Amino acid sequence: MSAPLLSVEGVSVTLPTPRGDLRAVDGVDLKVEAGRTLGIVGESGCGKTMLSRAILQLLPKRARLEGRVMLDGRDLASLPRAALRKLRGPELAVVFQDPMTSLNPVLTIGTQIVETLQVHLGMAAAAATKRAAELLAEVGIPAPGQRLRQYPHQLSGGMRQRVAIAIALSCEPRLLIADEPTTALDVTVQAQILDLLAREQQRRHMAMILITHDLGVVAGRTDEVAVMYAGRIVERAPTRQLFARMRMPYTEALLAAIPKLDSAPHTPLPAIGGRPPDPTRPLAGCSFAPRCRYADDRCREAKPPLADAERAGTLYACWHPL
Amino acid sequence: MDMLGRRAPPSAQHLLGTDQLGRDMLSRLIYGARFSLTVGLLAPAIAIVIGGGLGMLAGYFRGRFETLVVGGVDVLLAFPPLVLALAVTAYLGQSITNLTLVLGVLGIPAFTRVARAVTLSLTEREFVVAARALGATHTRILLRELLPNVLLPLMAFFLLGVAVTIVVESALSFLGLGVPPPAPSWGSMIGEGRESLDLAPWLAFLPALVMFATVLAFNVVGDTLRALTDPRPGAL
Repeated sequence: MSAPLLSVEGVSVTLPTPRGDLRAVDGVDLKVEAGRTLGIVGESGCGKTMLSRAILQLLPKRARLEGRVMLDGRDLASLPRAALRKLRGPELAVVFQDPMTSLNPVLTIGTQIVETLQVHLGMAAAAATKRAAELLAEVGIPAPGQRLRQYPHQLSGGMRQRVAIAIALSCEPRLLIADEPTTALDVTVQAQILDLLAREQQRRHMAMILITHDLGVVAGRTDEVAVMYAGRIVERAPTRQLFARMRMPYTEALLAAIPKLDSAPHTPLPAIGGRPPDPTRPLAGCSFAPRCRYADDRCREAKPPLADAERAGTLYACWHPL
Repeated sequence: MDMLGRRAPPSAQHLLGTDQLGRDMLSRLIYGARFSLTVGLLAPAIAIVIGGGLGMLAGYFRGRFETLVVGGVDVLLAFPPLVLALAVTAYLGQSITNLTLVLGVLGIPAFTRVARAVTLSLTEREFVVAARALGATHTRILLRELLPNVLLPLMAFFLLGVAVTIVVESALSFLGLGVPPPAPSWGSMIGEGRESLDLAPWLAFLPALVMFATVLAFNVVGDTLRALTDPRPGAL
């Protein structure tokens, strides 16, 4: 096994709030190797986005970061700002959830791609414009030369997300973080965008982190999946293995909550009862215990560690694995 | 100048008549445009540069700097504008420069507030985070990402500012504290014409009409320009 490109070691993010410190991410460990895709799955507010911001070093000003984020052997948190700026783009890039707001509304698509190329790769204007058109063609935008002169609002949501991907890919990043890249798009476009991301990831041999709340999205397109709940990773396994045998009750409940095409009409959809715990009031035991149907006293008193108890390649944090 | 034909109605010799001293009204109106427009354009220009700059910095960097700027602007806003203008012209003397500076400073709070409010909401948008994720510096984000967005509402406000400043300048000139006589400005011409409203009403009405047309023109031009240049749908 090669050395991981990205390694997240014991990362915690704490946000001060009027109601006390909010622990958005709690002791997360992750590794991603070049050319591999990691899926991070969890419901809203479980810390997925904060974790991605921690990796990108784009946390809100007041947030406190503990632990280390190592990219190719460099600790990002201790890098000086200028050095970090140089990494962003050529090493680390990101695609955001909402293509409506992630493009500047008053600059043309062309300007936004061309400037990125000029700043990071030092390209001349003419060469950068040519490259920008190539990039748009690569992400599947027809008539790229004409699109370059258009403004974001003249494109559809899917097109805009393609442009955002083209900008992220423009500097040939080694790690691409896609933070819910398809949530704001409709279903047919979702599949196209995910296929595009998978194709470019393969072609460029990038490492990719695909963040989503949809287990279905990660199923076919990732090598490994980490399930997050209340700021912690509660189960982590190679994708195939995870879907073959999930050990954490939360993962099971998450999968059960996906509507199935072959179930009879009017079948009630199982939902996970209750709400995630208040992140400003950490629980003594397992954070999923209040909503878990297998929970007993031990779950409420002691936090299960994330460990591979059976040496089978699946890490899980549960006292009563399925 | 026609000392014998004072307050003459329009004629072939004086197309718009003469004023109470026998000066040609048309010439004075045209000459007055120089003062009214200089002050009317320069004062908001000062305000948009200083106010817009402060507002963007405050909205982008937040923190103590923002508190300071907002506090300072509120103090300026709480001050009765006409009284400040009166005090400054009274102490520093009547001159075009002083008048422009006072009206410029008085315009700062409005621009600061607009710029700050727009910047605040824009900074939350993902394209700013996206720019940072691509390694943009603060300067770059402010100038390249935020400024083009903030400039649109500021320009709309600028044209409004021009209209308001021309009116305020007229008010000050009307009070005798604006452009020093005998140089004509539209406001002082209205002021002088007021004394003979019953004998020669055009002396007050003509400059008022010109002022009205100018302000209207600025608004129409401003609206059209915005409609033509704003790339966003539905505009502001």
